[in-house]
Amino acid sequence: MIGDRRRLDWTLLVLFAGVPGAALALDEPYLLDLFARVLIFAIAAVSLDLILGYGGLVSFGHAAFLGIGGYAVGMLYQHDLGSGFLQFPVAVLVSGVAALAIGWVSLRTGGLYFIMITLAFAQMLYYLGISLKVYGGDDGMRARRSEFFAPIDLNDQTQFYYLALAVLALSLWLGRRLVNSRFGLALQGARSNERRLRVLGVPVFRYRLTAFVIAGALCGLAGALFANLNEYASPSTMHWTRSGELIVMVILGGVGTLTGPVLGALAFVLLESYLSEALEALASGFGQHWQVVFGPLLVAVALFARGGLVGLLRPGRGE
Amino acid sequence: MSGAGLALVDLSKHFGGVIATDRLTWQIAAGELHALIGPNGAGKTTLLSQLSGELSPDAGRILFDGRDITALSADRRTLLGIGRSFQGTSLFAEFSVLDNVRLAVQARAGHSFRFWRAARQDAALNQAAFAQLREAGLDHRAQATAGSLSHGEQRQLDLAMALVGRPRLLLLDEPMAGLGAEESLAMVARLKALKGRHSIVLVEHDMTAVFELADRITVLVYGRAIATGTPADIRANAEVRAAYLGEAPPAGERHAGA
Ligand SMILES: Nc1ncnc2c1ncn2[C@@H]1O[C@H](COP(=O)(O)OP(=O)(O)OP(=O)(O)O)[C@@H](O)[C@H]1O
Ligand SMILES: [Mg+2]
Repeated sequence: MIGDRRRLDWTLLVLFAGVPGAALALDEPYLLDLFARVLIFAIAAVSLDLILGYGGLVSFGHAAFLGIGGYAVGMLYQHDLGSGFLQFPVAVLVSGVAALAIGWVSLRTGGLYFIMITLAFAQMLYYLGISLKVYGGDDGMRARRSEFFAPIDLNDQTQFYYLALAVLALSLWLGRRLVNSRFGLALQGARSNERRLRVLGVPVFRYRLTAFVIAGALCGLAGALFANLNEYASPSTMHWTRSGELIVMVILGGVGTLTGPVLGALAFVLLESYLSEALEALASGFGQHWQVVFGPLLVAVALFARGGLVGLLRPGRGE
Repeated sequence: MSGAGLALVDLSKHFGGVIATDRLTWQIAAGELHALIGPNGAGKTTLLSQLSGELSPDAGRILFDGRDITALSADRRTLLGIGRSFQGTSLFAEFSVLDNVRLAVQARAGHSFRFWRAARQDAALNQAAFAQLREAGLDHRAQATAGSLSHGEQRQLDLAMALVGRPRLLLLDEPMAGLGAEESLAMVARLKALKGRHSIVLVEHDMTAVFELADRITVLVYGRAIATGTPADIRANAEVRAAYLGEAPPAGERHAGA
């Protein structure tokens, strides 16, 4: 079954790799932008799946790390530090440290409290972003694409796209290794029966915190890519609705599967784009209400595909 | 290796107005099988949880092998050599039987901060886990989902996990509960084999099993030890008969089921 999952990963990655060619052939350059967005949200959703799916911890503030990664790029750019070799590591490091602090506090709670505390932390950072007038306040700040050495130029959309794809492939690969390692087994054990695991000799908190930091750092990397895509970093990235969307992607695609969240991100971003377009065509001004249609779709998936989209593609048990 | 001694000094635990452990002072010799009996709600499980470190006492001290462990967390105590099985079993229900034991084995190996190698292809882990399953007679069920096992098999798995790493002190909470007559006999035989290899605290309502297995018995009522002694002492104790044994089936007649 794990073999099936890997095959699906590869299929998806190969299909994604074909997008630039297809965009060129169809003469629809904007597809490249759209799919870069898919890839970036896929990375964020995969990172969330580590704690939500495998750790069983519903973090409702994951977009905070998307924002922190973006701010790292934006702030450094504003201080004339445009090198990607600096921006990307800083984005990962700062998100990881923030995750350490947030996790340190929130992981002492569980269930509903955990949801509320992670949400509160993310909203705190959101308002912090708004209050930073030097960095654009609620408008955010401009950030050009990160600079790397000669042949690599992220201003080239295709190159940028393949960088995002490479990061997604790497995330899936590392994630897969992680969840199948001893560490991953312990993390899932804590989800299944925390008390028993502790009595078996596992200090559960440390494992969860480590997973939380890894997930936060990876999401920070997605945030750095997101700021690059938009050439902008703004507090709206950290808004709680964005955290909610990440959860929706994970659940829609299939919790605790890593592949599922990629499908979830794909479905979400495409529906967001095409549904609003279609609705806008029906009646002007209606496009922004695309979620009116999206909501019932979600309910349908929840009702009829309990394992998420991944379960539809590969019927059988979710685990 | 034949277990380590345990001593409680003035241990107390309250839940609001309920006194679950009442200034308990108690000793278990190394290698002893000490049964803890008492009516429902007497505080037996609560006491085990304080010994395993899941609950911290309000007052008093716990000494394990002469060392004060009162402030140690549950995971640290396990690594010192305290194993526990649970009332009504406590498993990783959606994991395979083998994965359940793998988790126990890797936990006892000290730390599981290994992010890279696939746990299921880890030869050392697999061998140790299989050895434990074979001893429990569950090796043929290795790939089954733990939640799908029969109740008797689940009890054996629960015990197998507690036994990983050969704990010096074993805390067993009603291992016989809910077992059929045959399964009960198998469990008694298993505990007999373990006797002497570990110090054991056995909480059990099945008096036949208790009197057959125990070196000494303590009777707990409302968190207080009203008597401690050999099975013969306890059987002869009038206060115990009144408080508890009166309701129990006569010794010598197996009490199947719970
Ligand atoms: N977490 C808790 N919160 C509040 N009260 C509790 C808690 N755990 C146990 N108690 C109470 O403490 C007392 C002792 O409970 P405990 O479970 O230790 O009894 P027991 O001897 O194991 O009973 P049984 O034979 O039914 O398993 C009971 O009155 C119980 O209601
Ligand atoms: Mg009990």
